[in-house]
Amino acid sequence: MKAIVKYIISIISALRTLIKGMAITGHYISHPKEIITQQYPENRETLKMFDMFRGEVVLTHNEDNEHMCTGCSACEVVCPNGTIEIISKRIEMPDGKKKKVIDKFVYHLSMCTFCNLCILSCPTDAIKMSQDFEHAVFDRSQLTKVLNKPGSKLMEGVR
Amino acid sequence: MNIYDFKNLTDSIHASLSVNLSPTAVTIIEFIIIASAFMILFTLLGLVLVYAERKIAAFFQLRLGPMRVGKWGIAQTAADAIKLILKEPLVTKNADKFLFNLAPFIIILSTFLALGAMPFAKGLHALDFDIGILYLTAVSSFGVIGILIAGWSSDNKYSLIGAMRSGAQVVSYELSVGLSLLTVVILAGSLQFSEIIASQETGWWIFRGHIPAMIAFIIFMIAGTAETGRGPFDLPEAESELTAGFHTEYSGLKFAFFFLAEFVNMFIIAGIGATVFLGGWMPFHIGNWEGFNKIMDFIPSLFWFFGKVAFLIFLMMWFKWTFPRLRIDQLLRLEWKYLLPINLVNILVMAFIVLMGWHF
Repeated sequence: MKAIVKYIISIISALRTLIKGMAITGHYISHPKEIITQQYPENRETLKMFDMFRGEVVLTHNEDNEHMCTGCSACEVVCPNGTIEIISKRIEMPDGKKKKVIDKFVYHLSMCTFCNLCILSCPTDAIKMSQDFEHAVFDRSQLTKVLNKPGSKLMEGVR
Repeated sequence: MNIYDFKNLTDSIHASLSVNLSPTAVTIIEFIIIASAFMILFTLLGLVLVYAERKIAAFFQLRLGPMRVGKWGIAQTAADAIKLILKEPLVTKNADKFLFNLAPFIIILSTFLALGAMPFAKGLHALDFDIGILYLTAVSSFGVIGILIAGWSSDNKYSLIGAMRSGAQVVSYELSVGLSLLTVVILAGSLQFSEIIASQETGWWIFRGHIPAMIAFIIFMIAGTAETGRGPFDLPEAESELTAGFHTEYSGLKFAFFFLAEFVNMFIIAGIGATVFLGGWMPFHIGNWEGFNKIMDFIPSLFWFFGKVAFLIFLMMWFKWTFPRLRIDQLLRLEWKYLLPINLVNILVMAFIVLMGWHF
Protein backbone atom coordinates (compact mmCIF):
# COMPACT_ATOMS: atom_id res chain seq x y z
CA MET A 1 0.00 0.00 0.00
CA LYS A 2 2.80 2.35 0.97
CA ALA A 3 4.52 1.60 -2.32
CA ILE A 4 1.39 2.46 -4.31
CA VAL A 5 1.02 5.81 -2.53
CA LYS A 6 4.67 6.54 -3.20
CA TYR A 7 4.18 5.60 -6.87
CA ILE A 8 1.22 7.94 -7.28
CA ILE A 9 2.99 10.78 -5.45
CA SER A 10 6.02 10.37 -7.72
CA ILE A 11 3.80 10.70 -10.81
CA ILE A 12 2.06 13.79 -9.48
CA SER A 13 5.29 15.51 -8.46
CA ALA A 14 6.84 14.66 -11.83
CA LEU A 15 3.88 16.21 -13.67
CA ARG A 16 4.04 19.26 -11.41
CA THR A 17 7.70 19.91 -12.19
CA LEU A 18 7.12 19.34 -15.92
CA ILE A 19 4.31 21.90 -15.92
CA LYS A 20 6.54 24.29 -13.97
CA GLY A 21 9.18 24.01 -16.69
CA MET A 22 6.61 24.50 -19.42
CA ALA A 23 5.33 27.60 -17.63
CA ILE A 24 8.81 29.14 -17.79
CA THR A 25 9.25 28.52 -21.51
CA GLY A 26 5.64 29.52 -22.04
CA HIS A 27 6.46 32.85 -20.42
CA TYR A 28 9.41 33.26 -22.79
CA ILE A 29 7.42 32.58 -25.95
CA SER A 30 4.59 34.88 -24.90
CA HIS A 31 6.92 37.81 -24.17
CA PRO A 32 8.71 38.59 -27.47
CA LYS A 33 9.91 41.93 -26.03
CA GLU A 34 12.41 40.06 -23.84
CA ILE A 35 14.31 38.67 -26.85
CA ILE A 36 18.01 39.36 -26.38
CA THR A 37 19.28 38.77 -29.92
CA GLN A 38 20.94 41.82 -31.52
CA GLN A 39 20.61 42.30 -35.28
CA TYR A 40 24.20 43.51 -35.43
CA PRO A 41 25.07 45.06 -38.79
CA GLU A 42 21.59 46.58 -39.11
CA ASN A 43 21.52 48.16 -35.66
CA ARG A 44 25.14 49.31 -35.77
CA GLU A 45 24.15 52.95 -35.17
CA THR A 46 22.07 52.22 -32.09
CA LEU A 47 23.93 49.23 -30.67
CA LYS A 48 25.01 49.82 -27.09
CA MET A 49 27.32 47.29 -25.48
CA PHE A 50 26.88 46.54 -21.80
CA ASP A 51 29.08 48.32 -19.27
CA MET A 52 31.26 45.37 -18.31
CA PHE A 53 32.19 44.61 -21.93
CA ARG A 54 35.97 44.73 -22.59
CA GLY A 55 36.64 46.05 -26.06
CA GLU A 56 40.13 47.58 -25.95
CA VAL A 57 42.31 49.59 -23.57
CA VAL A 58 42.03 53.37 -23.95
CA LEU A 59 43.79 56.21 -22.17
CA THR A 60 41.17 58.75 -21.17
CA HIS A 61 41.80 62.37 -22.12
CA ASN A 62 39.82 65.40 -21.01
CA GLU A 63 38.87 68.42 -23.16
CA ASP A 64 42.22 70.14 -22.56
CA ASN A 65 44.04 67.10 -23.97
CA GLU A 66 45.29 66.06 -20.57
CA HIS A 67 45.55 62.48 -19.36
CA MET A 68 46.17 60.99 -15.93
CA CYS A 69 49.00 58.56 -16.70
CA THR A 70 52.03 59.20 -14.50
CA GLY A 71 54.18 56.65 -16.29
CA CYS A 72 54.53 54.43 -13.22
CA SER A 73 54.43 51.35 -15.57
CA ALA A 74 52.42 49.28 -13.09
CA CYS A 75 50.28 48.13 -16.01
CA GLU A 76 53.34 47.18 -18.03
CA VAL A 77 54.64 45.05 -15.17
CA VAL A 78 51.35 43.34 -14.47
CA CYS A 79 50.48 42.54 -18.08
CA PRO A 80 50.91 38.79 -18.67
CA ASN A 81 51.52 39.10 -22.41
CA GLY A 82 53.70 42.19 -22.70
CA THR A 83 50.87 44.03 -24.38
CA ILE A 84 51.72 47.42 -22.91
CA GLU A 85 55.02 49.26 -23.37
CA ILE A 86 55.52 52.59 -21.67
CA ILE A 87 58.29 54.76 -23.09
CA SER A 88 58.97 57.57 -20.67
CA LYS A 89 61.18 60.66 -20.77
CA ARG A 90 62.49 63.15 -18.26
CA ILE A 91 61.52 66.76 -18.64
CA GLU A 92 62.69 69.81 -16.71
CA MET A 93 60.00 71.63 -14.80
CA PRO A 94 59.98 75.47 -14.62
CA ASP A 95 61.23 75.31 -11.03
CA GLY A 96 64.30 73.35 -12.12
CA LYS A 97 63.17 69.93 -10.91
CA LYS A 98 63.32 66.97 -13.28
CA LYS A 99 60.16 64.91 -13.72
CA LYS A 100 59.36 61.59 -15.43
CA VAL A 101 56.47 61.76 -17.90
CA ILE A 102 55.29 59.37 -20.59
CA ASP A 103 56.50 59.82 -24.10
CA LYS A 104 54.53 56.99 -25.69
CA PHE A 105 51.93 54.62 -24.22
CA VAL A 106 52.26 51.74 -26.71
CA TYR A 107 49.45 49.18 -26.73
CA HIS A 108 49.68 45.98 -28.81
CA LEU A 109 46.03 45.04 -29.35
CA SER A 110 47.10 41.90 -31.21
CA MET A 111 48.57 40.44 -28.02
CA CYS A 112 45.90 41.56 -25.56
CA THR A 113 43.66 38.93 -23.93
CA PHE A 114 41.37 41.55 -22.29
CA CYS A 115 42.12 40.18 -18.82
CA ASN A 116 41.54 43.62 -17.25
CA LEU A 117 44.61 43.37 -14.97
CA CYS A 118 46.11 46.65 -16.24
CA ILE A 119 42.90 48.54 -15.49
CA LEU A 120 42.76 47.07 -11.97
CA SER A 121 46.42 47.86 -11.27
CA CYS A 122 46.39 51.46 -12.44
CA PRO A 123 46.78 53.69 -9.34
CA THR A 124 45.34 56.81 -11.02
CA ASP A 125 42.56 55.19 -13.09
CA ALA A 126 44.09 56.63 -16.22
CA ILE A 127 43.19 53.71 -18.49
CA LYS A 128 39.88 51.93 -18.99
CA MET A 129 38.25 49.41 -21.30
CA SER A 130 36.20 50.90 -24.11
CA GLN A 131 33.12 49.27 -25.60
CA ASP A 132 34.40 49.37 -29.18
CA PHE A 133 34.75 45.85 -30.61
CA GLU A 134 35.26 46.43 -34.32
CA HIS A 135 39.00 45.75 -34.41
CA ALA A 136 39.36 44.23 -37.88
CA VAL A 137 42.18 45.82 -39.91
CA PHE A 138 44.05 44.81 -43.03
CA ASP A 139 47.56 44.88 -41.56
CA ARG A 140 48.85 43.63 -38.24
CA SER A 141 50.98 46.71 -37.69
CA GLN A 142 47.81 48.79 -37.38
CA LEU A 143 47.02 46.90 -34.18
CA THR A 144 49.98 48.52 -32.43
CA LYS A 145 48.54 51.74 -31.09
CA VAL A 146 49.95 54.78 -29.30
CA LEU A 147 47.32 55.64 -26.73
CA ASN A 148 48.41 59.10 -25.62
CA LYS A 149 47.31 61.74 -28.09
CA PRO A 150 50.02 63.94 -29.62
CA GLY A 151 50.74 66.99 -27.48
CA SER A 152 48.87 65.66 -24.47
CA LYS A 153 50.26 66.22 -21.03
CA LEU A 154 49.71 65.05 -17.48
CA MET A 155 46.70 66.48 -15.73
CA GLU A 156 47.46 68.95 -12.91
CA GLY A 157 47.48 67.43 -9.45
CA VAL A 158 47.84 63.83 -10.50
CA ARG A 159 50.88 62.20 -8.99
CA MET B 1 -24.07 19.85 -40.85
CA ASN B 2 -23.41 21.66 -44.10
CA ILE B 3 -19.64 21.25 -44.28
CA TYR B 4 -18.24 21.17 -47.80
CA ASP B 5 -17.62 17.54 -48.80
CA PHE B 6 -14.46 17.04 -50.86
CA LYS B 7 -16.13 13.94 -52.29
CA ASN B 8 -17.96 16.26 -54.73
CA LEU B 9 -14.61 17.46 -56.06
CA THR B 10 -13.04 13.99 -56.34
CA ASP B 11 -16.20 12.57 -57.92
CA SER B 12 -16.31 15.34 -60.51
CA ILE B 13 -12.63 14.73 -61.37
CA HIS B 14 -13.37 11.02 -61.71
CA ALA B 15 -16.43 11.67 -63.90
CA SER B 16 -14.60 14.09 -66.19
CA LEU B 17 -11.72 11.62 -66.64
CA SER B 18 -14.09 8.71 -67.31
CA VAL B 19 -15.76 10.49 -70.24
CA ASN B 20 -13.24 9.48 -72.88
CA LEU B 21 -10.71 7.22 -71.15
CA SER B 22 -10.74 3.52 -70.33
CA PRO B 23 -11.16 2.57 -66.62
CA THR B 24 -7.52 1.39 -66.41
CA ALA B 25 -6.20 4.71 -67.72
CA VAL B 26 -8.48 6.59 -65.32
CA THR B 27 -7.12 4.57 -62.38
CA ILE B 28 -3.52 5.16 -63.44
CA ILE B 29 -4.09 8.90 -63.90
CA GLU B 30 -5.79 9.13 -60.51
CA PHE B 31 -2.87 7.30 -58.91
CA ILE B 32 -0.47 9.79 -60.46
CA ILE B 33 -2.56 12.75 -59.30
CA ILE B 34 -2.73 11.43 -55.72
CA ALA B 35 0.98 10.52 -55.67
CA SER B 36 2.04 13.97 -56.87
CA ALA B 37 -0.33 15.61 -54.40
CA PHE B 38 1.26 13.67 -51.56
CA MET B 39 4.79 14.44 -52.79
CA ILE B 40 3.98 18.15 -52.89
CA LEU B 41 2.41 17.92 -49.43
CA PHE B 42 5.47 16.06 -48.15
CA THR B 43 7.93 18.69 -49.36
CA LEU B 44 5.74 21.56 -48.24
CA LEU B 45 5.32 20.00 -44.81
CA GLY B 46 9.07 19.54 -44.52
CA LEU B 47 9.81 23.13 -45.49
CA VAL B 48 7.12 24.66 -43.28
CA LEU B 49 7.79 22.46 -40.26
CA VAL B 50 11.56 22.99 -40.31
CA TYR B 51 11.03 26.75 -40.46
CA ALA B 52 8.40 26.59 -37.70
CA GLU B 53 10.65 24.43 -35.54
CA ARG B 54 13.59 26.81 -35.87
CA LYS B 55 11.48 29.90 -35.22
CA ILE B 56 9.57 28.45 -32.28
CA ALA B 57 12.73 26.99 -30.75
CA ALA B 58 14.30 30.43 -31.01
CA PHE B 59 11.36 32.15 -29.34
CA PHE B 60 11.38 29.58 -26.53
CA GLN B 61 15.02 30.49 -25.89
CA LEU B 62 14.61 34.28 -26.23
CA ARG B 63 16.32 34.32 -29.61
CA LEU B 64 15.10 35.45 -33.01
CA GLY B 65 15.98 32.44 -35.14
CA PRO B 66 16.67 32.68 -38.88
CA MET B 67 16.31 36.32 -39.95
CA ARG B 68 18.59 36.83 -42.96
CA VAL B 69 17.14 34.90 -45.93
CA GLY B 70 14.05 36.78 -46.92
CA LYS B 71 11.79 38.78 -44.64
CA TRP B 72 11.88 37.09 -41.21
CA GLY B 73 14.00 34.32 -42.74
CA ILE B 74 11.08 32.82 -44.65
CA ALA B 75 13.24 31.46 -47.48
CA GLN B 76 15.74 29.91 -45.05
CA THR B 77 14.51 26.32 -45.37
CA ALA B 78 14.26 26.56 -49.16
CA ALA B 79 17.89 27.75 -49.23
CA ASP B 80 18.87 24.86 -46.92
CA ALA B 81 17.10 22.37 -49.17
CA ILE B 82 18.96 23.67 -52.23
CA LYS B 83 22.22 23.43 -50.32
CA LEU B 84 21.51 19.83 -49.29
CA ILE B 85 20.61 18.83 -52.85
CA LEU B 86 23.86 20.27 -54.19
CA LYS B 87 26.03 18.50 -51.60
CA GLU B 88 28.15 15.46 -52.35
CA PRO B 89 26.61 12.14 -51.28
CA LEU B 90 29.48 10.60 -49.32
CA VAL B 91 29.65 6.89 -48.47
CA THR B 92 32.03 5.59 -45.79
CA LYS B 93 34.76 3.22 -46.93
CA ASN B 94 33.60 0.01 -45.25
CA ALA B 95 29.88 0.77 -45.46
CA ASP B 96 27.47 -1.82 -46.77
CA LYS B 97 26.69 0.21 -49.90
CA PHE B 98 23.37 -1.40 -50.79
CA LEU B 99 21.84 -1.15 -47.31
CA PHE B 100 23.39 2.29 -46.80
CA ASN B 101 21.54 3.59 -49.84
CA LEU B 102 18.37 1.65 -49.06
CA ALA B 103 17.85 2.92 -45.50
CA PRO B 104 16.62 6.49 -46.30
CA PHE B 105 14.10 5.10 -48.76
CA ILE B 106 12.65 2.67 -46.22
CA ILE B 107 12.16 5.54 -43.79
CA ILE B 108 10.59 7.74 -46.46
CA LEU B 109 8.39 4.83 -47.55
CA SER B 110 7.01 4.30 -44.06
CA THR B 111 6.32 8.02 -43.74
CA PHE B 112 4.48 8.09 -47.07
CA LEU B 113 2.41 5.02 -46.24
CA ALA B 114 1.36 6.59 -42.95
CA LEU B 115 0.62 9.95 -44.57
CA GLY B 116 -1.69 8.22 -47.04
CA ALA B 117 -4.13 7.21 -44.31
CA MET B 118 -4.54 10.73 -42.91
CA PRO B 119 -8.09 12.12 -43.11
CA PHE B 120 -7.34 15.71 -44.11
CA ALA B 121 -10.90 16.96 -44.55
CA LYS B 122 -14.39 15.72 -45.14
CA GLY B 123 -14.06 13.38 -48.12
CA LEU B 124 -10.35 14.18 -48.58
CA HIS B 125 -8.96 10.84 -47.54
CA ALA B 126 -6.72 8.70 -49.75
CA LEU B 127 -6.82 5.36 -47.89
CA ASP B 128 -9.85 4.75 -45.67
CA PHE B 129 -9.27 1.18 -44.48
CA ASP B 130 -11.66 -0.42 -42.01
CA ILE B 131 -8.53 -1.20 -39.92
CA GLY B 132 -7.18 2.35 -40.26
CA ILE B 133 -5.59 2.69 -36.81
CA LEU B 134 -4.00 -0.75 -36.96
CA TYR B 135 -2.60 0.06 -40.41
CA LEU B 136 -1.24 3.43 -39.27
CA THR B 137 0.50 2.11 -36.16
CA ALA B 138 1.93 -0.73 -38.24
CA VAL B 139 3.42 1.41 -41.00
CA SER B 140 4.61 4.18 -38.72
CA SER B 141 6.66 1.72 -36.65
CA PHE B 142 8.02 0.27 -39.88
CA GLY B 143 10.45 3.20 -40.12
CA VAL B 144 12.55 1.81 -37.29
CA ILE B 145 13.78 -0.89 -39.67
CA GLY B 146 15.22 1.88 -41.82
CA ILE B 147 16.89 3.40 -38.77
CA LEU B 148 18.40 0.04 -37.76
CA ILE B 149 19.66 -0.55 -41.31
CA ALA B 150 21.14 2.94 -41.43
CA GLY B 151 22.96 2.41 -38.14
CA TRP B 152 24.22 -1.03 -39.07
CA SER B 153 25.36 -0.28 -42.60
CA SER B 154 27.25 2.96 -42.01
CA ASP B 155 30.08 1.16 -40.12
CA ASN B 156 30.30 3.65 -37.30
CA LYS B 157 30.00 2.94 -33.61
CA TYR B 158 27.92 6.03 -32.96
CA SER B 159 25.48 5.12 -35.69
CA LEU B 160 25.13 1.58 -34.36
CA ILE B 161 24.54 2.69 -30.76
CA GLY B 162 22.03 5.27 -31.94
CA ALA B 163 20.19 2.71 -34.04
CA MET B 164 20.07 0.18 -31.20
CA ARG B 165 18.72 2.80 -28.83
CA SER B 166 16.15 3.78 -31.39
CA GLY B 167 15.07 0.16 -31.76
CA ALA B 168 14.62 -0.28 -28.01
CA GLN B 169 12.76 3.02 -27.80
CA VAL B 170 10.32 2.48 -30.65
CA VAL B 171 9.54 -1.12 -29.65
CA SER B 172 8.73 0.03 -26.10
CA TYR B 173 6.73 3.12 -26.89
CA GLU B 174 4.78 1.51 -29.70
CA LEU B 175 2.90 -0.36 -26.96
CA SER B 176 1.78 2.82 -25.22
CA VAL B 177 0.72 4.46 -28.48
CA GLY B 178 -1.32 1.42 -29.43
CA LEU B 179 -2.97 1.02 -26.05
CA SER B 180 -3.85 4.71 -25.69
CA LEU B 181 -5.43 4.64 -29.16
CA LEU B 182 -7.34 1.48 -28.18
CA THR B 183 -8.90 3.42 -25.31
CA VAL B 184 -10.64 5.61 -27.86
CA VAL B 185 -11.36 2.68 -30.15
CA ILE B 186 -13.43 1.22 -27.30
CA LEU B 187 -15.43 4.45 -27.19
CA ALA B 188 -15.83 4.83 -30.93
CA GLY B 189 -16.42 1.16 -31.59
CA SER B 190 -14.46 1.23 -34.83
CA LEU B 191 -10.91 1.17 -36.16
CA GLN B 192 -11.84 3.08 -39.29
CA PHE B 193 -10.81 6.74 -39.30
CA SER B 194 -13.89 8.04 -41.07
CA GLU B 195 -16.14 6.32 -38.51
CA ILE B 196 -14.07 7.52 -35.57
CA ILE B 197 -14.48 11.06 -36.87
CA ALA B 198 -18.18 10.59 -37.55
CA SER B 199 -18.67 9.33 -33.99
CA GLN B 200 -17.30 12.64 -32.69
CA GLU B 201 -19.95 14.80 -34.35
CA THR B 202 -21.57 15.72 -31.03
CA GLY B 203 -18.29 16.24 -29.17
CA TRP B 204 -14.65 15.30 -29.24
CA TRP B 205 -13.65 12.11 -27.43
CA ILE B 206 -11.21 13.94 -25.18
CA PHE B 207 -14.17 15.79 -23.61
CA ARG B 208 -16.77 13.03 -23.84
CA GLY B 209 -14.58 10.25 -22.45
CA HIS B 210 -14.18 11.76 -18.96
CA ILE B 211 -10.78 11.53 -17.25
CA PRO B 212 -9.64 8.23 -18.87
CA ALA B 213 -9.72 9.86 -22.30
CA MET B 214 -7.56 12.76 -21.04
CA ILE B 215 -5.08 10.33 -19.46
CA ALA B 216 -5.00 8.41 -22.73
CA PHE B 217 -4.37 11.69 -24.60
CA ILE B 218 -1.47 12.65 -22.31
CA ILE B 219 0.05 9.18 -22.65
CA PHE B 220 -0.43 9.32 -26.41
CA MET B 221 1.39 12.66 -26.61
CA ILE B 222 4.31 11.40 -24.50
CA ALA B 223 4.62 8.08 -26.33
CA GLY B 224 4.05 9.69 -29.72
CA THR B 225 6.84 12.20 -29.08
CA ALA B 226 9.07 9.28 -28.10
CA GLU B 227 8.15 7.36 -31.22
CA THR B 228 9.19 10.18 -33.53
CA GLY B 229 12.54 10.20 -31.73
CA ARG B 230 12.49 13.89 -30.88
CA GLY B 231 11.82 16.11 -27.95
CA PRO B 232 13.18 14.88 -24.63
CA PHE B 233 13.40 11.40 -26.18
CA ASP B 234 15.98 12.13 -28.90
CA LEU B 235 18.34 9.42 -27.64
CA PRO B 236 18.86 7.90 -31.10
CA GLU B 237 20.47 11.18 -32.09
CA ALA B 238 21.75 12.56 -28.77
CA GLU B 239 24.12 15.14 -30.28
CA SER B 240 26.21 15.43 -27.14
CA GLU B 241 26.88 11.69 -26.91
CA LEU B 242 26.63 10.22 -30.41
CA THR B 243 27.38 13.18 -32.74
CA ALA B 244 24.19 12.59 -34.75
CA GLY B 245 23.24 8.97 -34.04
CA PHE B 246 22.10 6.79 -36.88
CA HIS B 247 22.52 9.43 -39.59
CA THR B 248 26.06 10.47 -38.64
CA GLU B 249 27.56 9.20 -41.90
CA TYR B 250 24.85 10.47 -44.21
CA SER B 251 25.19 13.63 -46.25
CA GLY B 252 23.41 15.53 -48.97
CA LEU B 253 20.04 14.35 -50.14
CA LYS B 254 20.03 11.15 -48.10
CA PHE B 255 20.53 13.17 -44.93
CA ALA B 256 17.71 15.43 -46.06
CA PHE B 257 15.46 12.37 -46.32
CA PHE B 258 16.10 11.43 -42.70
CA PHE B 259 15.56 15.01 -41.66
CA LEU B 260 12.31 15.34 -43.62
CA ALA B 261 11.02 12.00 -42.37
CA GLU B 262 11.53 13.11 -38.77
CA PHE B 263 9.43 16.22 -39.29
CA VAL B 264 6.71 14.50 -41.32
CA ASN B 265 6.54 11.77 -38.65
CA MET B 266 5.84 14.53 -36.16
CA PHE B 267 3.00 15.68 -38.43
CA ILE B 268 1.66 12.11 -38.62
CA ILE B 269 1.67 11.63 -34.84
CA ALA B 270 -0.05 15.00 -34.40
CA GLY B 271 -2.50 14.04 -37.14
CA ILE B 272 -3.43 10.75 -35.43
CA GLY B 273 -3.80 12.57 -32.12
CA ALA B 274 -6.00 15.22 -33.68
CA THR B 275 -8.14 12.65 -35.48
CA VAL B 276 -8.63 10.25 -32.61
CA PHE B 277 -8.85 12.58 -29.62
CA LEU B 278 -9.72 16.01 -31.02
CA GLY B 279 -12.27 15.08 -33.65
CA GLY B 280 -10.20 15.26 -36.85
CA TRP B 281 -11.83 17.73 -39.22
CA MET B 282 -14.98 17.98 -37.04
CA PRO B 283 -15.71 21.57 -36.00
CA PHE B 284 -15.88 22.44 -32.32
CA HIS B 285 -19.45 22.04 -31.10
CA ILE B 286 -20.98 22.75 -27.72
CA GLY B 287 -24.14 20.81 -26.81
CA ASN B 288 -27.23 22.65 -28.08
CA TRP B 289 -25.80 26.09 -28.78
CA GLU B 290 -27.22 26.13 -32.31
CA GLY B 291 -25.90 29.57 -33.27
CA PHE B 292 -22.38 28.87 -32.03
CA ASN B 293 -22.29 25.50 -33.77
CA LYS B 294 -23.46 27.09 -37.06
CA ILE B 295 -20.63 29.65 -36.91
CA MET B 296 -18.12 26.88 -36.25
CA ASP B 297 -19.46 24.97 -39.28
CA PHE B 298 -18.53 27.91 -41.53
CA ILE B 299 -14.82 27.29 -40.96
CA PRO B 300 -13.76 24.75 -43.62
CA SER B 301 -12.94 21.25 -42.39
CA LEU B 302 -9.43 21.46 -43.88
CA PHE B 303 -8.65 24.38 -41.56
CA TRP B 304 -10.01 22.53 -38.55
CA PHE B 305 -7.75 19.55 -39.22
CA PHE B 306 -4.62 21.58 -39.87
CA GLY B 307 -5.35 23.89 -36.95
CA LYS B 308 -5.57 20.99 -34.52
CA VAL B 309 -2.45 19.42 -35.98
CA ALA B 310 -0.60 22.72 -35.68
CA PHE B 311 -1.65 22.97 -32.04
CA LEU B 312 -0.38 19.45 -31.28
CA ILE B 313 2.87 20.09 -33.16
CA PHE B 314 3.34 23.26 -31.14
CA LEU B 315 2.80 21.20 -27.98
CA MET B 316 5.47 18.71 -29.09
CA MET B 317 7.89 21.54 -29.84
CA TRP B 318 7.13 22.98 -26.42
CA PHE B 319 8.08 19.62 -24.88
CA LYS B 320 11.27 19.47 -26.89
CA TRP B 321 12.51 22.92 -25.96
CA THR B 322 11.62 22.65 -22.28
CA PHE B 323 12.51 19.21 -20.99
CA PRO B 324 16.02 17.80 -20.64
CA ARG B 325 16.88 14.60 -22.46
CA LEU B 326 16.26 11.33 -20.62
CA ARG B 327 18.94 8.72 -20.07
CA ILE B 328 18.34 5.35 -21.75
CA ASP B 329 17.48 3.56 -18.48
CA GLN B 330 15.17 6.41 -17.44
CA LEU B 331 13.52 6.21 -20.84
CA LEU B 332 12.77 2.50 -20.52
CA ARG B 333 11.69 2.86 -16.90
CA LEU B 334 9.22 5.60 -17.85
CA GLU B 335 7.64 3.29 -20.39
CA TRP B 336 7.59 -0.06 -18.59
CA LYS B 337 7.02 1.10 -15.00
CA TYR B 338 4.80 4.12 -15.54
CA LEU B 339 3.10 4.52 -18.91
CA LEU B 340 2.27 0.86 -19.54
CA PRO B 341 0.67 0.05 -16.14
CA ILE B 342 -1.26 3.34 -16.14
CA ASN B 343 -2.41 2.60 -19.66
CA LEU B 344 -3.61 -0.90 -18.83
CA VAL B 345 -5.59 0.32 -15.82
CA ASN B 346 -6.91 3.20 -17.90
CA ILE B 347 -8.14 0.94 -20.68
CA LEU B 348 -9.96 -1.22 -18.10
CA VAL B 349 -11.63 1.83 -16.56
CA MET B 350 -12.64 3.05 -20.00
CA ALA B 351 -14.07 -0.33 -20.92
CA PHE B 352 -16.10 -0.29 -17.71
CA ILE B 353 -17.38 3.24 -18.43
CA VAL B 354 -18.44 2.24 -21.94
CA LEU B 355 -20.06 -0.93 -20.60
CA MET B 356 -22.14 1.04 -18.11
CA GLY B 357 -22.89 3.73 -20.69
CA TRP B 358 -21.54 6.55 -18.48
CA HIS B 359 -19.86 8.49 -21.26
CA PHE B 360 -21.70 11.35 -22.96
